[in-house]
Amino acid sequence: MRVALFVTCVNDTLFPGTGKAVVSLLRRLGCDVDFPAAQTCCGQMHVNTGYRAEGTRLARHFTEVFAGYDAVVAPSGSCAAMVREQYPKLVEPGSRGAAAIAEVAPKVYELSEFLIDVLKKEDVGAYFPHRVTYHPTCHSLRGLRLGDRPTRLLQNVRGLELVPLPGAEECCGFGGTFAVKNPAVSAAMAADKTRGIQDTGAEVLCAADNSCLMHIGGTLRRQKTGVRTMHLAEILASTEDD
Amino acid sequence: MSAREEILSRIRKAVGGAEDVEIPRGYRTERQVDDLVGLFAERVDDYRAIVHVVPSAEVPAMIDACVKGKRMVIPEGFGRDGGWDDLRTADGVLTNCAVAIAETGTIVLDHGPGQGTRAQTLVPDYHLCVVWADQIVPGVPEAVARLDPSRPLTWISGPSATSDIELNRVEGVHGPRTLEVVIST
Amino acid sequence: MSATFIGMPGNFPENAAKAVQNSQLRFNLRKATHTIRDRRASVVGELPDWQELRAAGKAIKDHTLRNLERYLLRMEEAVTRAGGTVHWARDADEANRIVTDLVKATGETEVVKVKSMATQEIGLNEALAEHGIAAYETDLAELIVQLGDDFPSHILVPAIHRNRSEIREIFLDRMPEVSPDLTDDPPALTEAARLHLRERFLRSKVAISGANFMIAETGTLVVLESEGNGRMCLSLPETLISVVGIEKLLPSWRDLEVFLQLLPRSSTGERMNPYTSMWTGAVEGQEFHLVLLDNGRTDVLADEVGRQALRCIRCSACLNVCPVYERAGGHAYGSVYPGPIGAILTPQLRGMGSELDASLPFASSLCGACYDVCPVAIDIPEVLVDLRAKAPHAAAERAGMKVAGWILNDHERLAKAQRAATKLRRLVPKRRLPGPLSAWTDTRDVPEIPEESFRDWWERTGRGERSGGPTEEGLRGASEEW
Repeated sequence: MRVALFVTCVNDTLFPGTGKAVVSLLRRLGCDVDFPAAQTCCGQMHVNTGYRAEGTRLARHFTEVFAGYDAVVAPSGSCAAMVREQYPKLVEPGSRGAAAIAEVAPKVYELSEFLIDVLKKEDVGAYFPHRVTYHPTCHSLRGLRLGDRPTRLLQNVRGLELVPLPGAEECCGFGGTFAVKNPAVSAAMAADKTRGIQDTGAEVLCAADNSCLMHIGGTLRRQKTGVRTMHLAEILASTEDD
Repeated sequence: MSAREEILSRIRKAVGGAEDVEIPRGYRTERQVDDLVGLFAERVDDYRAIVHVVPSAEVPAMIDACVKGKRMVIPEGFGRDGGWDDLRTADGVLTNCAVAIAETGTIVLDHGPGQGTRAQTLVPDYHLCVVWADQIVPGVPEAVARLDPSRPLTWISGPSATSDIELNRVEGVHGPRTLEVVIST
Repeated sequence: MSATFIGMPGNFPENAAKAVQNSQLRFNLRKATHTIRDRRASVVGELPDWQELRAAGKAIKDHTLRNLERYLLRMEEAVTRAGGTVHWARDADEANRIVTDLVKATGETEVVKVKSMATQEIGLNEALAEHGIAAYETDLAELIVQLGDDFPSHILVPAIHRNRSEIREIFLDRMPEVSPDLTDDPPALTEAARLHLRERFLRSKVAISGANFMIAETGTLVVLESEGNGRMCLSLPETLISVVGIEKLLPSWRDLEVFLQLLPRSSTGERMNPYTSMWTGAVEGQEFHLVLLDNGRTDVLADEVGRQALRCIRCSACLNVCPVYERAGGHAYGSVYPGPIGAILTPQLRGMGSELDASLPFASSLCGACYDVCPVAIDIPEVLVDLRAKAPHAAAERAGMKVAGWILNDHERLAKAQRAATKLRRLVPKRRLPGPLSAWTDTRDVPEIPEESFRDWWERTGRGERSGGPTEEGLRGASEEW
């Protein structure tokens, strides 16, 4: 199976460790992982901020870069949801763009979907002896409908104690440019989210999206809580050798 | 152009060429409920109304007990004498209903014989309604099918209530503060 | 007289920032929205066919909107046949004029009102007041808002922002008959409202309402309520005037079997609301007028993406689950339609000419909770994103997004930008970013820029030897229409 990693622009630039974790995890599970170098960004920030033309250009670039792979794996529920849910709305039905999207979009998987639905793995052989709570992130929960896939994976990690997060389904307040355009509400949402996280007594907050983790983690660090944030891929890639 | 013509022409322009939509009706239109009377009584009770389930022969005695000492408005066609005429000074109103819904604990008045006018069932502070077991249907679709839209209809689910102050439910605002339902089996 | 939203200054972010500071308001809203949210979830969970009802509700509304002309004409004919009179109003002014003239013709100077979003939208009370006609709101929450010279802040519970002691103060101040011993116990406050309105109900000759639904097939109007003030207004006065948006139509009587399950469970979180009144034309000797209101609705109808907002049945489930509404409160939206539905309805009805209206499509983190609970499946995030593309953008933002788009459209430019950022990483202040980005660092630390991007790591470590992506030549050649 030719698997392409869509690392996403945020991970590529700010969280390379997540991309490395996906590569190591997928190779450990026997996948032939490629990183198409021409990839950039899914275009979500532009489209969701009202810059549809720029966003559509990036969508086109995406479909060209990732055409021809059996599967495209993204360590981001939000970017995967962008491709699968929003790309079709950017083009006229019946156009060349629509055909290109229909070809590529169904092969784009968020990491936990790929592991569970395609590789049929719930136990990926990971070891992570820490108390962890999981924030499901909006686009994973209500866009992709990941359900309990990520927590099933976490429950199979040896040594890991998974504690439920109160109000887990509530948005953390990131919302892309929302965090900058509506800073007061965004910060109030983050404050409520971090209170919930601290109440769990977890050492690590895990999610399938680094953009949400950047927002929550930035707040946790400012509050000097000592709670770390980690992407799902990084926990799943951890082994007893680490 | 008249307002009517202009609005209609704007609509034509707005939806011209839009595809029509099929209506999927995959929801339940007939449901099986084993104990209709029991479910209806339970659901009415959930609204903090008073419920009695009695055999038909005992209904007159039950009504007597409920209305004792009260000045009751008794609408035409109810088949009981001794009603009080002045709405403003009446203590309550005694009616039948057109249909009742088990799943939602609702009684529906179509203001036909024995059900009074809309004002008669509204102004007095106490409403006593007699429901016959065969008037109870399982759900909303079955009730809608039984009702005649050309009649004024009042659907009643419990006593009047409000949650406008800090979402605290308070029974009894402008409508009858007490609803009592006698189910005749 | 309650205040009107029309022409309200400011913008959503500033309004919301003030509201967030009000801890009493946040406490009231959190408690209230979470209570209704949980109630809704519980009664919706009771119905095994909820998704089927939702699909039917969505399709019935879409079908009606696509055949709106036919169904409006059928409605007009049915109401007329049943002894009612139908009026058509292009906009707020026309609707207000029609209603004012109808009231004047009765010789009355007082009217009682049933809670109605449409009449708030057109500012009817203020228009009547200009002609010496006093309109008395009779819904408890509307009464609290009206007596307090306040703005409504929620579709279903307009005084959701007020707590019991504030309500007691308003009643003591504005109800002359009320005893100074009035407590702030909700039953006591409710009793005060009951007594305050009782005589008015019994003597009023004219009532004004809206409607939740109109049935084209039969000419029936439907009003759902809880308190009985609706029944008082709809059945006691000699003249009844109903102002109803043209999108409130349903084709057939049978369609109520869907909406009478969807609406109560979504709005108050009850299996059924206490009272629903249905009437067809002039009933029990009453005179009945129906005013069909456009006021921007046909513009919304013309927008292929935005028209789904016209499916809205004003249940307010979207407000009750919205994390932004919960913290910003209803007033921040500057409209009778607050919350997620307001963020897509107001800019479409009023346009985005004012700073406030142009800021509304951005008043959402696009979390999607609103879409999940909407009983007629309005994809609110989809409409928000569509409106954002139509909204005016600041020049600096446009320039920034253009540069970002240019960089992101080419991986070599992206790689160069990443390397430049890496070189400057020690210079990036963690706790204070410049310009509009300072909004981020007010409450959050900035993540550290790594020493090396993922793509540089991949390249450097030679892990890309199995690369099979398209060549750059191939990409650059693809420039025809897409």
